[in-house]
Amino acid sequence: MKRTESTRDAYGAALVELGKENRNVVVLDADLSKSTRTAKFKEIFPERFFNAGIAEQNLMGMAAGLATTGKIPFVSTFAVFAAGRAFEQIRNTICYPELSVKIAATHAGITVGEDGASHQSIEDISLMRSLPNMKVVVPCDAVETMKAVKAAAEIDGPVYIRLGRPKVKVIHEEDYEFQLGKGEVLREGKDITIIATGIMVSRALEAAEILAQKGRDAEVINISTIKPIDWQLIVASATKTGAVVTAEEHTVIGGLGSAVSETLVQANPVPVRKIGIKDRFGQSGSPEELLEEYELTLEAVIKEVMRLIKNSH
Amino acid sequence: MIDNERLSELKSTAKKVRINIIKMLAEAGSGHPGGSLSIVEILTALYFQVMKVDPSNPNWPDRDRFVLSKGHAAPALYAVLAEKGFFSKEELMTLRKKGSILQGHPDMKKTPGVEISTGSLGQGLSVAVGMALGYKLDNKQNYVYVLLGDGEIEEGQIWEAAMAAVHYNLDNLIAVLDYNGLQIDGPISQVMSPEPIKVKWQAFGWNVIEIDGHDFEEIITAINEAQKVKGRPTILIAKTVKGKGVSFMENEVDWHGKAPSAQEAEQALRELNKGEE
Repeated sequence: MKRTESTRDAYGAALVELGKENRNVVVLDADLSKSTRTAKFKEIFPERFFNAGIAEQNLMGMAAGLATTGKIPFVSTFAVFAAGRAFEQIRNTICYPELSVKIAATHAGITVGEDGASHQSIEDISLMRSLPNMKVVVPCDAVETMKAVKAAAEIDGPVYIRLGRPKVKVIHEEDYEFQLGKGEVLREGKDITIIATGIMVSRALEAAEILAQKGRDAEVINISTIKPIDWQLIVASATKTGAVVTAEEHTVIGGLGSAVSETLVQANPVPVRKIGIKDRFGQSGSPEELLEEYELTLEAVIKEVMRLIKNSH
Repeated sequence: MIDNERLSELKSTAKKVRINIIKMLAEAGSGHPGGSLSIVEILTALYFQVMKVDPSNPNWPDRDRFVLSKGHAAPALYAVLAEKGFFSKEELMTLRKKGSILQGHPDMKKTPGVEISTGSLGQGLSVAVGMALGYKLDNKQNYVYVLLGDGEIEEGQIWEAAMAAVHYNLDNLIAVLDYNGLQIDGPISQVMSPEPIKVKWQAFGWNVIEIDGHDFEEIITAINEAQKVKGRPTILIAKTVKGKGVSFMENEVDWHGKAPSAQEAEQALRELNKGEE
């Protein structure tokens, strides 16, 4: 089995590399530096690390101010508090003036686990992708996280990077070339397209292998950049296979499934089924139990694919 | 201290700024006269006496910075920036119109000299803290000035930022509070009293100086004092009159957010033209 690593751990390591490469990189946190893994950067570059304390509104404002002086701030806290608590600060003080603030929010989705619904962000993709000037990236593994964080530092303007708490399988080789705004065909197929993001990518890949044994040839696409979305890739694949299943650890309202649907409905409407959290809050439990409860498993992907194939072919 | 000649120059500039505020708002047909007129001396002192800025190079790396946290007073900022030469005064008559560089609230991408987009209250102080941190990181000797409204400090984020400014020893940050006592729904003491204001800032660790916000000598002296304070930020609590300079607007809460009619503007301009230089 391949190695596992959480995307937040990869983020912490990426920050240290960035800190060495570029002295303009600064990091801000809101009393969660151990959890978000910004603590490593703090240790090595204490003069470039700013703790805002438990004050996320000010956190975003300080980052905006630093950005106006030519710094490249990476801002971290839990996704609920970044995209939710400080939404309006991100909107008016970061996105509207298009400042180069990179919001790397950890503990996204229900795999936060035992902390329960208050800490499980299931709507941040939706919130962040609705903002003009914002780019939204959901890396699926440690390698992609490292590359995405570095890519975010290279471009001007705000970026939201969605990271997770648990260890996840590393599906990319170290020489993987991440391109912001580009999707990635991980497996070619002709019967159906599975478009996944974040932790659901590895599940989609595994589902495709099992589907192959059942004689169903699924194409698997990793959409790590949710905005701007790679509509050409999505439309081309949907046109080829004629049916799409999306999979994300996020509410089905406004996330990847919505972005893909919006794309297809304008270009080439094909049946789309969305796997995600069905308009309800999370709860306490182990990540595995919750993934089961909220139907974000390999089996759920297979079930949706089979249902869609049956109905549309 | 400033000499009499300089003082009369500043007063003359303030008068021109007030006249332009009224003209702009009358032309725009909407906007916020009360809180624009109350900050004219503060902005004039900053841009014409205190701050290092270069209108021909708004992004000059070694400039001082000003943040209008109470962004609805944009007409005052625009009139001062135009007076200083950041853009043509003709632009002032495009305020709030489609395609204008002068948006209803400050937009740093559209207006030369505007350091940060504001308008949603409570956010500018945080940005000023970030700017001051950035300047410290670069070992710059410049100052960051930020203007707050007295109603605005009802926002919780202001106090998050107030804490941070002291925590990070930002002696290159100088705030000014436009203490005019009124907000949209009435006197601040009745809507949601932020009093006692002075002891709150002191309790947060700020150096506090109380001044008359329409007196140039007091404003400039206080800023000079603030610049000498090491290790912590200063706030000037500037007592002001909302609608200052126009008799029927002064201390009238209804003039927070409505533009004068053509007739009212005429009367206001008559008063301002007659007024002291």
